[in-house]
Amino acid sequence: MSKLYSGAEIVFKCLEDQDVEYIFGYPGGAVLPIYDELKNHESIKHILVRHEQGAGHAAEGYARSSGKPGVVLVTSGPGATNAVTALTDAYMDSIPLVCISGQVPTHLIGTDAFQECDTTGITRPCTKHNWLVKDVKDLSKIMHKAFEVATTGRPGPVLVDIPKDIQFQKTKYVSSIKRKKLNGKIHNKFNQSEIDQLVKLMVNSSRPILYTGGGVINSGPKASELLRELVSLTGFPITSTLQGLGSYPGDDNQFLGMLGMHGTYEANNAMHDCDLMINIGARFDDRITGKIDEFSPKSKKVHIDIDPSSINKNVKVDLPIVGDVSEVMLSVIKTLKKKNSNFASSNKEKTSKWWEKISEWRSVNSLNFINSDKTIKPQHAIQRLYELTKDKDTYITTEVGQHQMWAAQHYKFNKPNRWMTSGGLGTMGYGLPAAVGVQIAHPDKLVVDIAGEASVLMTIQEMSTAVQYNLPIKIFILNNEYMGMVRQWQELLHEKNYSESYTAALPDFVKLAEAYGCVGIRAKTPDELDEKIKEMINVNKPVIFDCLVDKEENCFPMIPSGKPHNQMLLGPNDQKENKITGKGKTLV
Amino acid sequence: MSKPKSAYSIPGKKQKNDTHVIVVWVDNEAGVLARVVGLFSGRGYNIESLAVAEVDPKLNISRITIVTTGTPQVIEQIKLQLGKLVPVHKVADFMRGDKKIIFKEMALLKIVGNNVKRKKAIKFCKKFHPVVLDKTNKSVVIQITALRREIDTIMNDLKKTGLVSVSRTGAVAMTRGAEVFK
Repeated sequence: MSKLYSGAEIVFKCLEDQDVEYIFGYPGGAVLPIYDELKNHESIKHILVRHEQGAGHAAEGYARSSGKPGVVLVTSGPGATNAVTALTDAYMDSIPLVCISGQVPTHLIGTDAFQECDTTGITRPCTKHNWLVKDVKDLSKIMHKAFEVATTGRPGPVLVDIPKDIQFQKTKYVSSIKRKKLNGKIHNKFNQSEIDQLVKLMVNSSRPILYTGGGVINSGPKASELLRELVSLTGFPITSTLQGLGSYPGDDNQFLGMLGMHGTYEANNAMHDCDLMINIGARFDDRITGKIDEFSPKSKKVHIDIDPSSINKNVKVDLPIVGDVSEVMLSVIKTLKKKNSNFASSNKEKTSKWWEKISEWRSVNSLNFINSDKTIKPQHAIQRLYELTKDKDTYITTEVGQHQMWAAQHYKFNKPNRWMTSGGLGTMGYGLPAAVGVQIAHPDKLVVDIAGEASVLMTIQEMSTAVQYNLPIKIFILNNEYMGMVRQWQELLHEKNYSESYTAALPDFVKLAEAYGCVGIRAKTPDELDEKIKEMINVNKPVIFDCLVDKEENCFPMIPSGKPHNQMLLGPNDQKENKITGKGKTLV
Repeated sequence: MSKPKSAYSIPGKKQKNDTHVIVVWVDNEAGVLARVVGLFSGRGYNIESLAVAEVDPKLNISRITIVTTGTPQVIEQIKLQLGKLVPVHKVADFMRGDKKIIFKEMALLKIVGNNVKRKKAIKFCKKFHPVVLDKTNKSVVIQITALRREIDTIMNDLKKTGLVSVSRTGAVAMTRGAEVFK
């Protein structure tokens, strides 16, 4: 007879089978049997966070920067509800997470027991799938399936809820059985005729654009290589969503910068005026499309996505291709090479007018800002940070708000998995715990959280985690004392009624850093900025960098809500905007 | 143009709504109905009726029939989103009025009234092969099977004959002929 294992042992055997190295968690009554078992499994290290939301975001940071699923372990009731924000964040941004939660013993479920909540009910809409384990015999099967669901197709979070009595009960262990497909859910449905159609569209296009998203990152490093090959083979311009940054070099000439609400003038205008739009692993989010009815009216649209429900959800497309973007791009490249070996050169002439137009838009220099020698402009701070860290293979995380958009605009990424930001859900407080997770995955790399002072306060307690595990993360706060993006919307749309967007009693971040046992650095003027940033980089400890920036700087360019792509608001110093677009000056 | 005061885009043009019958084959496991129904409520889709029961006890498969309305784009999304759920095996979509499909709904109708009214009620139902399941000298319970709209009409007709209670199953659907939906 084979050996019997307790539920808690089975959890760890499954984690070992799945090559899990780190779990991010917080103990509590209903998961104590699992925590008791932790000491017997040396290959798995537990990272103790200070709040379960932090565990979730740290696991997200780990997953995004390493390509492996992040594992979270929380207790029942408040442990699980605290993890909900992170699960929803991972769901929106397609990050593979496996969350294991304790539950009250089976016989107490439904009795409003202490620290009981309907965890599977609460997390149903924010996970790809979840399970309540009612029989210990199902546990190993469910655990393996949880990893399979989280990591296949369009990745996402899953949750396994394990009642305390199940953690004690004993049964046989079933190791993972690799299956070819998951309940009929096939992910690569595309065929050669679709590829041929796409190639035909590419050959015939005179104003093409590639619009790439997080799917390229999720498809693995190979996808980024293939994308680079595809771009150089076709000579097409390329723009990327917030989540796709890094899949194509940000400093390359064919790259038009980020598109969308705070995207560049050239990227948005090219999206609006193109005749062929090839969407690779992006999802036509409302921050990208602006007004749907006037979104890129003259183009044929191709959408390559692994998730069939992403297609035609927001924007009707002419050619949908359901599949892993790596495999689709590989097929496209092969077909292009076979049929038109000198496509790039023959295409050069055809698209030359298009490139001229793009250069015209580029000359507007939409990311420009009026620099100052008295106060630090936030854009300048990010440019300096970029210049001083670009040779170090730096990993950047962010919180949510103006600083996030400035980071996306001014920090240029050359490799995938170096940029971790909460895009879909827009979770303030994401960046600090995410940086913890990134540093765990890459202990020797420089990890910087570009933060706002309001966002960072939402999860500041995780500094304590960083100190405990000697994680030298750098929290680079662009401190303007306002919830900057809220303030910006209030200025532009709500008659400068700055309702509750100013934080009147901020902590002294330098002293706060010292209180946590890390290093605090403050920069007040542009003169001292470079020195201070260098100081931050050279400290081998966690650092909170309090960068005092201009309090009223707005993030431009910007597509106001309800407007199409060619009606952008440019910065205040751009007096030419009227001449450029004709109708571009529409102030909201 | 009015001034949009929101960080979100303003709604675009509205398309016409159609009524569809969506049939979903699912693993009969705890919470599966909540997943399907939660998907509808969470994404703002409409449910006009819902019928669910196990159809294959051996393979543990239940069949859910949902009548819904939406634009072609929404109906497409409903199908694709349902298809993503882990316990869902297949999803079929039939347009109401599709000649190749049989739609039926069963209703139990309780009539309270004198003999004349009860007789009249049964007569109204004649077209739908009424079965009298229970009768007393004051009341009668009639079972009919018909289309959704037909039951709506008959309910209206029966108001004057003493209809006091109605119970309906919601529509179920099946393809005509030898074909089976795969």
